[in-house]
Amino acid sequence: MLLHIVLIPAALGLIALIVRKRPLGRLLLIAGSIAHGISVFLLALHRNGIPFNEWIGLDATGLLFLSIASILFAAVSFYTILYLSREADQIIQDAVEGFSFVNHPESIFIGCLLLFLSAMSLVCISRNFGLLWVAVEATTLASAPLISFHKHHRSLEATWKYLLICSVGIALALLGNFFLSYAGSGQLHLNVEELTSHAKLLNPLWLKASFIMFLVGYGTKMGLAPMHNWLPDAHSEAPSMVSTLLSGALLNCAFLGILRGHGVLVAAGLRIFSGELLIYFGLLSMAIAAVFIIHQPDYKRMLAYSSIEHMGILSLGIGIGGLAGTGAMLHATCHSLTKGMLFLCSGQLLYIFKTKNAADVQHAFKTLPVTGFLWFAGFLAITGSPPFGLFTSELVIFKGIIENGRWYIAGFYLLFLFIIFIAMAKIVIPMTFGQADQTVELKAKPNDFKEQIWFSGPAAALCAGVLILGLYIPSWLWHLMDQAAQCAGGH
Amino acid sequence: MNHTLWAEIFVLGVVLTNFRLLASSRLLVLINTMQIQAISLSAIPIALAPSALPFRLVLLAMITLAVKGWILPRLLKRAVQKTNIQREIEPFVRYEFSILLGIILLGLCFYISHRFKTDANLTSHFLLPSALFSLMTGLLIIVSRRKALTQVIGYLTMENGVYLFGAALAIEEPLLVEMGVLLDVFVAVFIMGITIYQINSEFDHIDTDRLSELKD
Repeated sequence: MLLHIVLIPAALGLIALIVRKRPLGRLLLIAGSIAHGISVFLLALHRNGIPFNEWIGLDATGLLFLSIASILFAAVSFYTILYLSREADQIIQDAVEGFSFVNHPESIFIGCLLLFLSAMSLVCISRNFGLLWVAVEATTLASAPLISFHKHHRSLEATWKYLLICSVGIALALLGNFFLSYAGSGQLHLNVEELTSHAKLLNPLWLKASFIMFLVGYGTKMGLAPMHNWLPDAHSEAPSMVSTLLSGALLNCAFLGILRGHGVLVAAGLRIFSGELLIYFGLLSMAIAAVFIIHQPDYKRMLAYSSIEHMGILSLGIGIGGLAGTGAMLHATCHSLTKGMLFLCSGQLLYIFKTKNAADVQHAFKTLPVTGFLWFAGFLAITGSPPFGLFTSELVIFKGIIENGRWYIAGFYLLFLFIIFIAMAKIVIPMTFGQADQTVELKAKPNDFKEQIWFSGPAAALCAGVLILGLYIPSWLWHLMDQAAQCAGGH
Repeated sequence: MNHTLWAEIFVLGVVLTNFRLLASSRLLVLINTMQIQAISLSAIPIALAPSALPFRLVLLAMITLAVKGWILPRLLKRAVQKTNIQREIEPFVRYEFSILLGIILLGLCFYISHRFKTDANLTSHFLLPSALFSLMTGLLIIVSRRKALTQVIGYLTMENGVYLFGAALAIEEPLLVEMGVLLDVFVAVFIMGITIYQINSEFDHIDTDRLSELKD
């Protein structure tokens, strides 16, 4: 039953790759997203009845990340259908440099999307470090063709960097697996339950070495600074719905790899070691993101750096543990929803204004009332303004840091959040409310300039989700997040 | 004793091939060297095994040999033919200097492994430093060469280093995982190969230093 969430999208994806018929492919995509959503919902209802085995199992952390991936995928699949019907069989003009290009075949895109979902689901349910590694590497391979969907030189550059940097990073995580196995003198299977229950038997030196490898390896994939170089390129060059999945679902999956390692170290009584490393990498990521968001000319890159910031916050929250750990889980959920909505809106802005340069997008609010509104709401949400969910989660993490007595970390945390708020406001407010500047010539054809309301549907749904989480968190959800933080060694 | 001797000969093969990878500019030579390295590599776990060979070990060695020693070199050779690029002309780090760096790295690896030698569980004394050296060589090739194809070879060398680590620490992972790892490496190189074709047809070259438009 548990394996269905991996096998269904994989099978549909393979069919899409082999059959290569247009209406069928799109149908498969929608069917895949709905089937996945329903399976995850059923799993969530009957979670306690599902036994763990040596390979797979569903704990609270896995369930939380799986649900996020499923929700985002549903939003993305509807957006993708609209997007593909708009772009199909066309020679497209590049927004930045003006040359013409075509897309790769649609069947490859849809097939890889479904395989990508399948690989991410496998990451969420795997209980074995070896299988986890295989699944994380599979996510890289399934998503690389998605980034180069537009056939041009910038997307190729981004794909190459993504493939090479992430593969090298993940190879180091494999070394982490070996170290972990050696820490147990080869007697223990690399199963999460077995390792945590026998954690005291592990050799601490090799255990620490393995955590460093996990942090560097999976951290590369997660976009923690200073291993984040691939991330802004891939996120800005990929089609917007792919950026949504990369930022909202994939980064979480990579984080799960680090969390599993952290859980073992916590069980072995090395919580201080791994916690401190997570805290410092988290703060560094926030700092790097703050530096690069200031005066960032490209609004998609701005969103990418914002993802690095939020991955830093997650890492920091888990490193602190306790209440901050629970806050980090809430934060992961809210960040994924918000970032998904922002990337989907950015796709609309890019289509209408034909530019990624923030300075050339003006008075979006007047031309595109719905997208403009969502874009601005997304900005408020992502910078942690009330009444959105990220406000709550950032506040909970802050409270957790204070309870822990780490005043200087709390200071830096607030400082970086503040800098990023100001820097993003300086970019986003002129985009939304700026007066029409006659000198900026709109490159879109006049009839393109009509807003296509339907495209805003998925983004609006995600926006509603993050707003509800800000106003009211149901007790079962809070309980799930608390459990998730506990599974990840947050307590 | 005899077993260890054989293993050490193969390990020596890996170290020497690493130097050849650092020294040659011709892509076909690089690929052939990769092939030799893969053959020595897959022999090491067998040479280290006790006299009664477990079936699992033989199977794994055969599959590793088939994937890394036969399929991947063929894929890469086809990429060389299709892109019609024969050599890496101007690497970021010159070849003489690469070899020198390699020697320094080798010394460093022996020093580090000496420090890390916590117990006598290690199967052979040369394995750990050689594994580390392959890893470093791979990373050095990735950062010091321009051609995308050479970077793929660097990635494979690095992957071989990780594999040697497994042999050095006598890690026995379940068959499923080992197969998964091999499959991932295979697909990774396959997709990198496709990307190289695309880069080649888009730019008429595969120099990654000219892939430098995206930055802040």
